[in-house]
Amino acid sequence: MTHILELPTYLDQDDAVKDRFARLKQRPIALEVKDLSKTFETTGGTVTALKDINFNTHKREFVCVIGPSGCGKSTLIRILAGLESPTSGEVLLDGKAVHGPGPDRGMVFQGYTLFPWLTVKRNVMFGLLQSGHSREHAEEDARQWIDLVGLTKFVDSYPHQLSGGMKQRVAIARALANQPGILLMDEPFGALDAQTRIKMQTYLMDIWKNIDITILFITHDLDEAIYLADRILVLKAHPGEVQELIEVPVPQPRSPEQLLSPEFLATKKRLEELIHPPQEGDEINGDHMNMVRMVPVDHEVESVF
Amino acid sequence: MNTRTVTNLFSVRRQMPAKSRFFVTIMSFLLPVLLWSLISYVPWLWHPKVEISDPGAVAYFKQGMLVDTELFDKETLKQEASGKALPEGRPANPIYLPAPHEVVVAFYTAFTTEPKRRSEKWLHESLWQSIQVIFWGFFLSSLVGVPLGILAGTYDFFSRLFEPFIEFFRYLPAPVFGALAVAILGIHEAPKIAIIFIGTFFQQVLIVSNTTRKLDPSLLEAAQTLGANNKALLLKVVIPGILPDLYRDLRILLGWAWTYLIVAELIGASSGITWFITQQARYKNFDNVFAAIMIIGIIGLTTDLILAALSKRIFPWQRNAAGA
Repeated sequence: MTHILELPTYLDQDDAVKDRFARLKQRPIALEVKDLSKTFETTGGTVTALKDINFNTHKREFVCVIGPSGCGKSTLIRILAGLESPTSGEVLLDGKAVHGPGPDRGMVFQGYTLFPWLTVKRNVMFGLLQSGHSREHAEEDARQWIDLVGLTKFVDSYPHQLSGGMKQRVAIARALANQPGILLMDEPFGALDAQTRIKMQTYLMDIWKNIDITILFITHDLDEAIYLADRILVLKAHPGEVQELIEVPVPQPRSPEQLLSPEFLATKKRLEELIHPPQEGDEINGDHMNMVRMVPVDHEVESVF
Repeated sequence: MNTRTVTNLFSVRRQMPAKSRFFVTIMSFLLPVLLWSLISYVPWLWHPKVEISDPGAVAYFKQGMLVDTELFDKETLKQEASGKALPEGRPANPIYLPAPHEVVVAFYTAFTTEPKRRSEKWLHESLWQSIQVIFWGFFLSSLVGVPLGILAGTYDFFSRLFEPFIEFFRYLPAPVFGALAVAILGIHEAPKIAIIFIGTFFQQVLIVSNTTRKLDPSLLEAAQTLGANNKALLLKVVIPGILPDLYRDLRILLGWAWTYLIVAELIGASSGITWFITQQARYKNFDNVFAAIMIIGIIGLTTDLILAALSKRIFPWQRNAAGA
């Protein structure tokens, strides 16, 4: 016998959550994305990676972007960071259009991207020195940020001496040191093991609570998106379009126990429906395994059930 | 040797136990020496000549002369038939293959033997001359080649501007410029340095630009999102980022520079270690020739080992600083 839990719908919000979203929407807009499209020319013709993307994030909001592979979520964040330019549409940060990469938008990459030849301290100082701060000021600031991510003992270590989680904390400190208007994170915990990932999520929530920062976070992990986000931007693939902007009904502040709360599971169910809809075409497209029984009839374990 | 040991020694892309590694490294040098010793000291291995110890009745044999074994046998039979005194001798290798101990002695005597003519140089002077030619050729080449390579690897503009011509030029063998270099630069050191420069420079630009292009592009992107401008990308990311690989490239290229030395030193007035080798070969002092050739190898290997050890100190962030 299997029990299927009766879940509320993800649209149900209790009063505290409702009130919080009302206040959140009153906040000034941090990032505005208007009619953003991106097409690539390939030998096979024109590929539309993103089509008419529109959304806003408010100040100090935590937005997760999620979608199936090929939905262009990486392209989106790279455009926001200025590493790629859109085919049409524009990106406004605090009302001003952005062109090209700049220190007003911090970025954390999945692959750490710490400068291997610089110590932890020098890595964090990099952006500060680029924006013209004196060496003394940069060093003092860097120490504070490193302290904030709990790596004071490692200020003079080189990146190769750190674990993956520690490297990513340095990368976050390095991005935050520039005091950007928005922190863009491209699957930052994707390369970490499950345990470290959960720890890093908690660190990130702590940082977000205590620092004036708006976060746009890309992930393919549904739990991670629900656990972290105020709102989740769900994209669909081919072409990459906004499917839904979900207001996460799980109350803030978050804690790991909420992973099994009804609101959490209801949201997860909705995300599953959006991202992994039952594909009827799979069989016809040949996307299935040709499974035949290869266990002898008289095998000592006749059936695994 | 049991199966376990064999598996240890021949497991794909795995290090052997430290003891075996050390032993095999020693064997790497010992085996060639052993082969050489066998050929030199075991009379029935090779030894196609006979060194005459007593000419006997053969008119044209002299003591210490090397003759082919067939000739010696023929003359012996002839003398036997006519009942005269038989020549005596012992099996020997050709003059161009001295025995190991002769070369070891030559290592010392080559340095202490006065040159035959007043104007000629001692071995250490010849060596010093060669090292200077290599140094200046390689230094000047790197002075221009490394910056050009980095620019070509960083900016498409410079890549298009330099690389097509360099790709063409590097197929021209450096020695063909010998006559030209002498005509322009005279017969002394300058044309030799020029040949080493030509031999190194064009490869250098291409190798350095390739190394530069291999820098992880996400480091450049990260730097851009941290506010680095174009100049800072080059000076604060590209250059420090490629330094360890660049250093390794230069180590390899320095080895190539030595191969051009021999050609370079034959151009104009022959000089340096090459002059010494050709001169000694002319006097049939092949033990000295071997000693001089080995000295080149020893200088090359020692330089490389020192540079490799230095790289660990210069680049502390490199996990495997020793590199290739």
